[in-house]
Amino acid sequence: MTIVTGATVDVADPVLRRQLAADLRQLLPAHCVLDRLEQLKPFECDALTAIREIPLLVVLPENRQQVQAVVQYAHKNAVALIARGAGTGLSGGATPRADAVLLVLSKLNSILEIDADSRVAVVEPGVRNLAISEAVAGLGLFYAPDPSSQVASSIGGNVAENSGGVHCVKYGLTTHNIRQIRYFDHTGGLVTLGGAGLDAPGYDLMALMTGSEGMLGVVVEITVNLLPLPESIVLLQAAFPAMDQAGLGVMKIIAAGIIPAGLEMMDQTAIEVVENYIHMDLPLDAEAILLIELDGTEAEVESQLASVTAEIEKHGAYDLRLARSEQDRIKLWSGRKSAFPALGQVTTDFYIMDATVPRRHLPYALRQIVELSGQYRLRVANVFHAGDGNLHPLVLYDASDPDQVARTEQLADEILTVCLSLGGTLSGEHGIGREKLDKSCDQFSTVELEQFERIKRVFDPEGRLNPGKAIPTPQRCAEIGGMHVHQGKVPFPELERF
Amino acid sequence: MADYPNQDATNTLIEQIATASGQGERLVITGHGSKQFYGQAPAGTPLETAGHCGIIDYEPGDLVLRARAGTPLTQIEAVLAEQGQCLGFEPPRFAVQGAARGTLGGAVAAGLSGPRRPWVGSTRDFVLGVTMVNGLGHSLYFGGQLIKNVAGFDVPRLMAGSLGTLGLLLDVTIRVLPIRPAEVTLQLQLSGSEALQRMVEWQRRPLPLSGMVYRDDRLTIRLSGTPEGVAAAQEAIGGERLESADEWWASLRDQRPSFFNPENSLWRVSCAAAAVLPEIAGDWTIDWGGAQRWYQGDATAAELLDYAKKINGSLSRFRPGTTQTSSEPIVFLSEISDPVAAIHQRLKKAFDPDGLFDGSRLPVAGIDQTSTVLV
Ligand SMILES: Cc1cc2nc3c(=O)[nH]c(=O)nc-3n(C[C@H](O)[C@H](O)[C@H](O)COP(=O)(O)OP(=O)(O)OC[C@H]3O[C@@H](n4cnc5c(N)ncnc54)[C@H](O)[C@@H]3O)c2cc1C
Repeated sequence: MTIVTGATVDVADPVLRRQLAADLRQLLPAHCVLDRLEQLKPFECDALTAIREIPLLVVLPENRQQVQAVVQYAHKNAVALIARGAGTGLSGGATPRADAVLLVLSKLNSILEIDADSRVAVVEPGVRNLAISEAVAGLGLFYAPDPSSQVASSIGGNVAENSGGVHCVKYGLTTHNIRQIRYFDHTGGLVTLGGAGLDAPGYDLMALMTGSEGMLGVVVEITVNLLPLPESIVLLQAAFPAMDQAGLGVMKIIAAGIIPAGLEMMDQTAIEVVENYIHMDLPLDAEAILLIELDGTEAEVESQLASVTAEIEKHGAYDLRLARSEQDRIKLWSGRKSAFPALGQVTTDFYIMDATVPRRHLPYALRQIVELSGQYRLRVANVFHAGDGNLHPLVLYDASDPDQVARTEQLADEILTVCLSLGGTLSGEHGIGREKLDKSCDQFSTVELEQFERIKRVFDPEGRLNPGKAIPTPQRCAEIGGMHVHQGKVPFPELERF
Repeated sequence: MADYPNQDATNTLIEQIATASGQGERLVITGHGSKQFYGQAPAGTPLETAGHCGIIDYEPGDLVLRARAGTPLTQIEAVLAEQGQCLGFEPPRFAVQGAARGTLGGAVAAGLSGPRRPWVGSTRDFVLGVTMVNGLGHSLYFGGQLIKNVAGFDVPRLMAGSLGTLGLLLDVTIRVLPIRPAEVTLQLQLSGSEALQRMVEWQRRPLPLSGMVYRDDRLTIRLSGTPEGVAAAQEAIGGERLESADEWWASLRDQRPSFFNPENSLWRVSCAAAAVLPEIAGDWTIDWGGAQRWYQGDATAAELLDYAKKINGSLSRFRPGTTQTSSEPIVFLSEISDPVAAIHQRLKKAFDPDGLFDGSRLPVAGIDQTSTVLV
């Protein structure tokens, strides 16, 4: 990734912008087409603020027909489209381009149908993740994938990133919790995948669509699975003197046959930063804290709690805290959840990373991160989903210091290399987007990238849906091969990736 | 693990693929051949995976197992059981000459899941990574060892259920699950409509369900969890406890004659759990808490298709009867829309441009010229 500093320059072709805006205002209400710089500026980036570009144009359709009209227009006029949900993506999946129309789906935010008996809800893509669970709570149901961004992020964006959350150790990711998708293909044709049942005939195209980062189609309707709300939930917090013990604790809980609803970890730096911020009397001598949430029926939860407690105590757990009532659980979670604001107090900028390593290698990976952090003289805090080996190293840096920016980029790159070498992947849940495009060359071989490219062309032969994201072309990677020699300078930044 | 055969036949398989490609041959990927009946009859030279077998990596604490495609399911299950773990998706092990067979590769390629599926997930949900060879002879690795992975398109899950039409699976990494410490099966005598109502109602409650089947006026429910959790749920549900329940569920999973008459065609309707029950005479087994409905009887394909359409579900002839002639088309009868069919054709080409791997099994218009399409 290259962190961009300073103001974004509008490099779009003004004639083209004017033309497109005029045409699109024939298709959508005038207020749905934004073309003035001050209107476009707020859309210059998603939550990966380090990469920015002023879009050619922004459109905010208000219904499915308008979305279709935009896609059809773009197809006829050979204009690239970038879908955007709530813009909370952390890998630059929705980063605009000066030569593409940004298609914002946030106004399509209706829950179309709730079927409590079949436990599904049919929703538009702009519906916020949490809004689904809120709408069905009265029926004793909930939608399980719960990214930390769930108050804001859209279900369309969740599908595009195959988002997970704290509870996906037990309940799985978006891909495990949806059963039908409707999308507009690159020509504007409506395609339905999946169905009312638990499977549908033919290839599992839903699998391809989920996590495809807006590169295969524009999703306009999603049928999500709903689950019964658990009868009982408890949250256990435990401190460990050493990271290795915490890592072993995680393994032992799982090996004991218990799949917690959530299994999160904070390392020593995170504990310290959080403690200074909210004063929960966290043990500062602990190398790690585990947060273990269990849910199910009353009887189920109590017996699991007993096993978990016995298991972790064998591995040095101390300062155990148990929260039963919702109020107490919220309080206990607040440490983990206030990590971001707490970091905001001790650093001007922080870079949120996302990578995975098999659980067994977690302690080793964390030790490597500590070592690299020393080497690059940058603090790194780790607050992450230990239950599914999903690391989120948070690199603390000062964006106004070019030297620190450069060190941050190199450190992040090395951390990813460590994760890959341990059998992990480049992204657990934030996606590749723009951010890790070049790094993906390390994870995939040329023939694998060629296979991806052929899949992409099945859905989008002209390469107009979210160009330059998520998957680099083999040619691009061949060029990057030389990059390491040239010390981080991308030889052909303008080179098309799709 | 030492007693089991452990052979890496990657090179042989890749050579066979190269040779076939050079000679313009068409390959039919075959494991144990236990699912020969499934899908439309294939045509071509068999490419046998059984010699490419063995568990490559198994880490109980990571709940992850990686094994070569030809590894027998029975072996994997035995190795997992030693660690108190299992294959959560309960792949069926159909009999070949009386013995339960099935390879990991075949299970993933067929994508079939057992009675636990609605509560635990399907085969594709458990697939984490694959090493495969596409029609160009390229060896490819996709996915990983973790449930979370958003790097590249999700090819591993696409491979589940693709019936060997997109490429050869060399090895598969799957998520495994702990065996729940307690399991109880209960049976209640109920009419069809009462049973469906109960199934719907109980699935809306947070009960530790792991199986729900209605046939012969009896609703059979399996609960899995901790002893305390199962005991509490048992009280809530009532009914009679079924002894030797493991065998009962295994024979349902493997479609043994105690459940389905091998002489007759077996039809399958996949639909929403709460969809209305059929008014078609014959032998119905309502599995998956209502979401999978098996039929044997005299109804015509058209009648069944009407019903499937009415409830927004899909219909397939899962298995032809032994008394039927093999010339009868065995297909996924439900409609695949034109754009989706077109994606199938192009996707097949994207993996296998020259049609090296026979596509007949998955009879979607155009993925294979030789297939009969009944849509
Ligand atoms: C504080 C914070 C915490 C977060 N925590 C988590 C977490 O715990 N787990 C997690 O997984 N992620 C997390 N994220 C990342 C982010 O919220 C998710 O990736 C989310 O799914 C993005 O949704 P969005 O609506 O904001 O999508 P956007 O950012 O608007 O878009 C994301 C991608 O989806 C595509 N897209 C959006 N809508 C559509 C559509 N309708 N059709 C086709 N493509 C579409 C875009 O082109 C883009 O590639 C977090 C982000 C923040 C800022």
